[in-house]
Amino acid sequence: MRVIYYILQKEFKQIFRNRIMLPIIFVIPFVQTIVFVYAATLELKNADISIMDYDKSSLSKRLISDFEASPFFEVSKIVPNNNAVSDLLLKDKAKAVILIPQGFEKDVLSLDGAAIQININAIDGQSAGLINVYIQQIVNSLAIKYLSSDINVQINTIPANAEIRSRFWYNPGLNFKYYILPGILVILVTMMGTFLTALNLVREKEMGTIEQINVTPIKKWQFITGKLLPFWIIGIIVMGFGLLIGRLLYNMPFEGSISLFFLATAIYLILAIGLGLLVSDYANTQQQVMFLLFFFFLVFVLMSGIFTSEESMPDWAQAVNRINPIYYFMKIIRAILLKGAELKNILTEMISMTVYSILVMVFAVWKYRKTH
Amino acid sequence: MKRFRGFLIKEFIHIFRDVRTMMILFLIPIAQILIFGYVIKNEIHDANVAVLDLSKDNITKEISGRIDAAPDFVVSDYLNNYSDIKEYFSSGKGAEVIVFEPNFAENFYGQDNARVQLILDASDPNLSNLINNYTSAIIQTYIADQNMSNSPNAIITTEPRMWFNEGLKSSYMFVPGTMTLILMLITAMMTSISIVREKEIGTMEILLVSPLKPLQIILGKVTPYILLSIINAISIILLGNLIFHVPIIGSTILLLGVSILFIIMALMLGVFISSVTKTQQIAMFISMFALMLPTILLSGFIFPIENMPKVLQWLSYIVPAKYYLIAIKNIMLKGVGVAFIWKEILVLMGMTFFFLILSVKKFKLYI
Amino acid sequence: MNNNNNKIIEVRNLVKRFGNFVANDNLSFDVYKGEIFGFLGANGAGKTTAIKILSGLSYPSSGKIMVAGYDVYKQRNKIKRSIGYMSQKFSLYEDLTVRENIHFYAGIYGLPFKQIQNRTNELIEELGIQEMANKMIADLPLGWRQKLAFSVAIFHKPKIVFLDEPTSGVDPITRRQFWDMIYRSAEKGITVFVTTHYMDEAEYCDRVSIMVDGKIEALDTPTKLKENFGVNLIEDVFIKLARK
Repeated sequence: MRVIYYILQKEFKQIFRNRIMLPIIFVIPFVQTIVFVYAATLELKNADISIMDYDKSSLSKRLISDFEASPFFEVSKIVPNNNAVSDLLLKDKAKAVILIPQGFEKDVLSLDGAAIQININAIDGQSAGLINVYIQQIVNSLAIKYLSSDINVQINTIPANAEIRSRFWYNPGLNFKYYILPGILVILVTMMGTFLTALNLVREKEMGTIEQINVTPIKKWQFITGKLLPFWIIGIIVMGFGLLIGRLLYNMPFEGSISLFFLATAIYLILAIGLGLLVSDYANTQQQVMFLLFFFFLVFVLMSGIFTSEESMPDWAQAVNRINPIYYFMKIIRAILLKGAELKNILTEMISMTVYSILVMVFAVWKYRKTH
Repeated sequence: MKRFRGFLIKEFIHIFRDVRTMMILFLIPIAQILIFGYVIKNEIHDANVAVLDLSKDNITKEISGRIDAAPDFVVSDYLNNYSDIKEYFSSGKGAEVIVFEPNFAENFYGQDNARVQLILDASDPNLSNLINNYTSAIIQTYIADQNMSNSPNAIITTEPRMWFNEGLKSSYMFVPGTMTLILMLITAMMTSISIVREKEIGTMEILLVSPLKPLQIILGKVTPYILLSIINAISIILLGNLIFHVPIIGSTILLLGVSILFIIMALMLGVFISSVTKTQQIAMFISMFALMLPTILLSGFIFPIENMPKVLQWLSYIVPAKYYLIAIKNIMLKGVGVAFIWKEILVLMGMTFFFLILSVKKFKLYI
Repeated sequence: MNNNNNKIIEVRNLVKRFGNFVANDNLSFDVYKGEIFGFLGANGAGKTTAIKILSGLSYPSSGKIMVAGYDVYKQRNKIKRSIGYMSQKFSLYEDLTVRENIHFYAGIYGLPFKQIQNRTNELIEELGIQEMANKMIADLPLGWRQKLAFSVAIFHKPKIVFLDEPTSGVDPITRRQFWDMIYRSAEKGITVFVTTHYMDEAEYCDRVSIMVDGKIEALDTPTKLKENFGVNLIEDVFIKLARK
């Protein structure tokens, strides 16, 4: 036991003296949680739209003021000119251009029906879809308001109708931040565990100090424990730190039990660190570690459902995810934080992750050789 | 010139001998494009939903049937009471429960409003919003069908026209985006690391005392990466075009020209990073956090810049990838010429020049 | 002067292959307690391979090898307790101080805390580096680093210390001082097994073996070797053997 103490002491000293490690450990959680959360937003607001009003009636003006009142749009009125549409879109001066045709009010009043032309820059398909939906909502609600107050008298039958009410559980404001934040925590912990562990071990190889350790009577398990434990502890601290930032800055929900949360983190860190150890078994230079990890990390993170949830992935991708270590943890963390899942709800994932952790760790330790 | 050729050959051998790194350099763009193309989608297909039918009449059955028949949904569970909803969500079986209130059919044709509640697991807000919109649309269409003649919505219709990307395909975003990221990564990151590596192992000093001129050394170091980047860019464009049908409407030559400008800019950035760092580790982390994250987050690759807070929008002005991305999207997808992107080209040129001057100064210093 | 009871390293028919390449081709030799045994050879002659096997860093392909009375196949851990090792690669942590490096290595050899404290102070005093004791290794000149690495390698008082090219890259004065340290430790009864390609250093050894292409071509005291080959310098012995 005393031997492990000496390794731990050395590791912590080195980590806290390292001018690269320290910022990684404490600044990056900050930067990531702040920049990532604010940048990673698909919520649409203040999109620039231009409206060309060929009608200039009271109804068209009402429609324009409805657009102006919407938080989604920033409206500029443009002198009607058909050639201007492509120019506005080509030069990115407007995300969408709306044309209100001549005779718009007249056609509505006569119940003939009028059509509004919407031109949307759809290169970003997702935003374009949203813009389209929001424009239609504004137009529809005007139609309904207008109908019920002004034209309803003309219709005698009671139409069949049902009221649709939507309730969004766990995240009533549909706040994308709450979705992305747990994902960022997962990335953070993975980076701490896997990257730092692998780099640290390979660094000793590169420097040659590993040989000096290998000729000492230290046992394999003592050395590995002493080497890995610091990153396990740091990982847990960083997780707590990230969680705190999430709570303080974004008021991120924490529905589940804090002990379950940290239990899952502790188990996952064994997996993450085990992967780091495994990579260091094979790599000889830090450069190789970086590229190897970078590649797998990229694939695993993107597939784990950081931006979109698993349900929207094709079946084969969901199948591939069974071997994706990040996938399990991502699912567990989101369920605990956002839905207040208890152990019984996430039992399958927890068991899979635990088994995975043990397998990887055992294999990595077995692969680690003091003697060649 | 002969000396330079020998040096260049040595650089190529160095790079191509490290098979693992080479593999990764070519695999990254391919994997990324395929993942973006096939995995990361905000689309739903056969999503599980549950029905809690408190009315159990013909109409609720018909509506449930329509939802089940839609390609987007499968009604996977029928719940019995409200308390089942929490369990359903917690187990992660599905993300929506459709609740028909009692006496639905009666109210549907009567004076009172029939009520249907859509309860969503909004822990993934984008997905739940999408599911909500689709389900509402199915129900509304059902209502409209019952009122065929006097549907109120028909009085004002909208005729949306999606410019530049009629099918709203996400590939139009991720193909140019991936190209930007890969070019930045390979050129800037790889150059900086490989130069710093020579510094670290001490071979840089030998090169510097050799009759090679510093400019030749830099050129020799960066040429293989220029070649690699161009090959990568071409393979990404081909992959995007052949598999995901991302067009190149504008001039291919202009596209290539702008890409080469961007590559040179990234190279200068890489040389600059290498001149201010001492170890590979630092070079790697600078590349990761000063180049990669901004290129992913602040260039408009995945997330629209307009939606970000002002501070991040300002920050995005110093991200070179942003200008390149605007330029190539304009060329590829809108088919416009220099007249529309001269500003972006100018900014990229300015940045190239800026880093060139900085690196030359720094490089001289450490000689 | 030597008899069988004094053997501390016993090597019989040591072979180490890497694929088709034979790095150590049937080596047999003994090292006796308390001597300074020089292991000479050109770069790539197989010196480092042999020293790694003797110190338990790699496995031999075949052969019988006993180090400090223990078998390298079965009693690896007992061997490790009895030896010290210093490689040509620099082996102290640059981002730890002198004192911290000593504490660390002593700690993993399992020395009691009080003893580590006392002996560290003694060592620092002996080397006269009181003002350097709390400096990072990175801030020390190379010569001092090598001397410290050696002191750390024998800090736990091993029976044998293996030195793999300990003086490569240091100036002549430091080399001289380094060899003084080797003599002092030999006087204390530590057997020194040293590889080098500096032929002048061979003259400092009690006995030297000269390796060429994985084989030991000569093994004797420096004086006898020179006599046998009829030359004045060990260097000339080496050249004669290499040209054979």
